[in-house]
Order: sequence, then C-alpha cells, then structure tokens
Amino acid sequence: MSREHHLVVDRIKCDGRGLCAEILPERIHLDEWGYPIVAAGPIPDHLMALAQRAVEDCPVLALALARAENGKRPRR
Amino acid sequence: MSALRLLAGRDLRSGSESLAEHVGRLGPLPHPGSDLIETLVSSGLSGRGGADFPVGLKWRAAASGPRGSAVVVANGAEGEPHSRKDRLLMTCRPHLVLDGAFLAARAIRAKEVILYIGEHHQSSRVAMERALAERTGYERGQVRLFAAPARYVAGDSSAAVHAVASGVALPTTRKAASAMVQNVETLAHVALIARSGVPSGTLLATVAGAVAHPGVIEIESNRTLGEALSIAGGVTEPARAILLGGYFGSWLELQRALDLRLDPLELKAAGLSLGCGVIGVLPQSRCAVCETAGIMRYLAGESSAQCGPCYFGLRALADSCSRIAYEGANPLDIGRLQRWAKDVAGRGGCRHPDGAVRFLRSALETFAPEFAHHPAHSARRTA
Repeated sequence: MSREHHLVVDRIKCDGRGLCAEILPERIHLDEWGYPIVAAGPIPDHLMALAQRAVEDCPVLALALARAENGKRPRR
Repeated sequence: MSALRLLAGRDLRSGSESLAEHVGRLGPLPHPGSDLIETLVSSGLSGRGGADFPVGLKWRAAASGPRGSAVVVANGAEGEPHSRKDRLLMTCRPHLVLDGAFLAARAIRAKEVILYIGEHHQSSRVAMERALAERTGYERGQVRLFAAPARYVAGDSSAAVHAVASGVALPTTRKAASAMVQNVETLAHVALIARSGVPSGTLLATVAGAVAHPGVIEIESNRTLGEALSIAGGVTEPARAILLGGYFGSWLELQRALDLRLDPLELKAAGLSLGCGVIGVLPQSRCAVCETAGIMRYLAGESSAQCGPCYFGLRALADSCSRIAYEGANPLDIGRLQRWAKDVAGRGGCRHPDGAVRFLRSALETFAPEFAHHPAHSARRTA
C-alpha cells in the first residue's frame, strides 16, 4: 500500500511543455491545449523507471511521484 | 437551552447590532475551553462558504498544529455574484462574526484574526470596524482587516491565505502557512453553538431571480427549497429551473427542486450542495442556453489563468456555449462540451474548474432539450 506511487502534477507550475507525455505515453496523454492528463491509479513497477525520468525531465519541475497514503490518491 | 438564530434581534434595515444589544440578546461570549471543538464535531456544523467541510474536523486538525503560529482568516470575500448573505451578516450582526473568530483563535491557539472582506463591501467593512472599536483592547490587537479583491477566485481558501500572507489573492498549490480559513457565517454559527450547545438549525441563503422579494433569508435547514421561495415572496412568473448553490452549483428542474430539503447532508446524499447559499430562479421567459453561456463566459474570465486546463479549457467551453447560443444548436459543440467537461474537471490548482464544470454539466442535463434545439439568436435575451 505505502509502496504505491502516483504521478501528480502541480497545475500552477505546469506549462504544457509535453515532455512527460512523450516519455510516458502509457500513463500520460495531452489534452487539446497540450496539458497532461494523467491516468488514474498507481504506477506499475515496470513503468517506474520511466515515470522517474518524466519527473526529472520536466523543465518546470511540475511533475512529482507521490506515495499514496491509506490507498488514497494524493492530490495537490 | 433552545436554539438561537443568527438574524434575530433588531430590524435588519436599521443597521448594525451594537455590542450592548448583542450581549443583551445572546449573553456575553462564553469561554467554552477545549470542549468547544468536540461540541462542534457533534453538532454536525459544516462550512457555509461553499465547500460544506465539517467545521469540528477542521478545527481539530488546526488545533493539533504548532502552538501560536496559526492565523484565523474570517472569510467574507463573498465573490459569488448573486450572494449577499455574508455582507448582510457582517453589516447587521458584526459581533456574531467577531465572537466566532475569537472562539476559533482561542480553540486553535492562533495569535491573529484576519477579517478578509470584499474590497467593495464598504458597509460590511465599516460595520466590522465599528464593532471592533467596541471590543476590548486585547481583542482589537488580535485583529487585522484585509481587503479581498473583487474577483471570483479571491474567496478560495488558498487564495485567502495567499493574500494575507503575501498580498497575492490567487489560489496556490504551495503548502499553506498554518492558517485556518472559515466563512463568516460559519463563524457566526459557532458563536451561537458556543452559547447554547446546539446548532441553530438555520442557514442563510440569498434568493435571486424571479421572486417577489429577492434577498437574504434565514431558514431552518429542515425546510424545503419551495418554502425558501415562499419566504422570498414566491415566484413572480412561471419558473423553468432553480440554480442551487450559485455559479458552482447545479441547475434543477423546478418540480424536482421544490420538495428538496435544504439540509446539507440530505442535499449531499442527492449529489447536490447549497454551496454558498444562492438560490436562483430562472423564469420560463429567459433562454436557459443563453443564461448558461453568459455564466460560463463569466467563469472563464474569472479563471486566475494560472493553470492551463482551467484557463484554456473554460474558455473553450464558454466558446462552445456561445456558439450554440448565437448560431444555434449543433451536435459538434454538444460533443465538445461533454468531452471537455470531463477533461477539465479536477485538473486545476484550485476548485474553480471543478465548480464551473459541475455547473455546466447540470445545465447540459437539465436543459438538454434547449441545448439540442436551440435556435440561433443574439445574446440580447441574456441578463
């Protein structure tokens, strides 16, 4: 439970550069204005490395991996 | 002791209740100690600013924070266009609001109370200042007034904290300073509960639109929307729908709405909320689509433009609504509205896009025939 990770976007920081959707299309696609829509649910193990890379490569540091507490999806 | 009411006492048109009148009516501000928070939890009081959050739980969490560093923000920004109840309460019963704010400060051991009042709400500000001048020097020293900019999002609780902390009244995703934001009506309810031990059982609502006497009412929460309309003098012409909860609220078919009780828990169970307490009556003579398009345009303009999905999404939604309003119904725009409403929800730093989308979805549902068959006509019939 506590090992589940979710991708969260700081919507105010996010500029819609779209790198995350290129790195991790399995979980992220862009809306019609170029802003990421993140699929609900925890990141499966085989995608963790890519998710981490998406977080690190975000040019405005708007993407983060957050641990879910009590199975609740973190929101910010 | 029996339940008390917020607006009992002197005639509302005759101005503010003085400290002497206030104490004469309700008795002095009690010192309930730490029991107050548990009393609030069991009272079931929920926030009256729009989010319906349980007050006791909020205070309990705030009280467990670091000692003395917290701030209480009494939120009287009231940016909701048709809402008047917070202004009326601050103007006519300022000491109730102050009592609630001081109780909150004591309960969470906050050093400062900030009265966050809409910059254009002159009479409220004057009344609160005058009331403050009647209080003790210690109480006066605790309070600071802060003018909330006249913007829809300025009343968002994160925007309120941001404003008093750094002067920027915009929602933020940064971790807030330890501040507890509570709507002014909620604080006034706390002031009554601290005295009687039981909730007043009433709430303030602003009835707007096609009623004989639009304005603020105090009504028992176990009464119905239909009764609220009667208190406001009844509808003045055949009504098409009710907007419950202001611009973040929901359109309801008249027949469904009339028998709904105002109780927050009952409304929640029905997927509804009284929100900020605005009850709007749309007459059949007004075009529901144009009305919706006008409100969507307003909400798009009130985005703080910080988050892409809200700024671009609400604008696109408003454009689609306007196209249907001006050029007539078309399946393409109906499809866009459905799709984008789903895309935008939950993707802002604050709840502004969520509220706007909730409003839009209720319009698409309640006014489905109007949206599907809307003839092209100008926006002249819109408010």
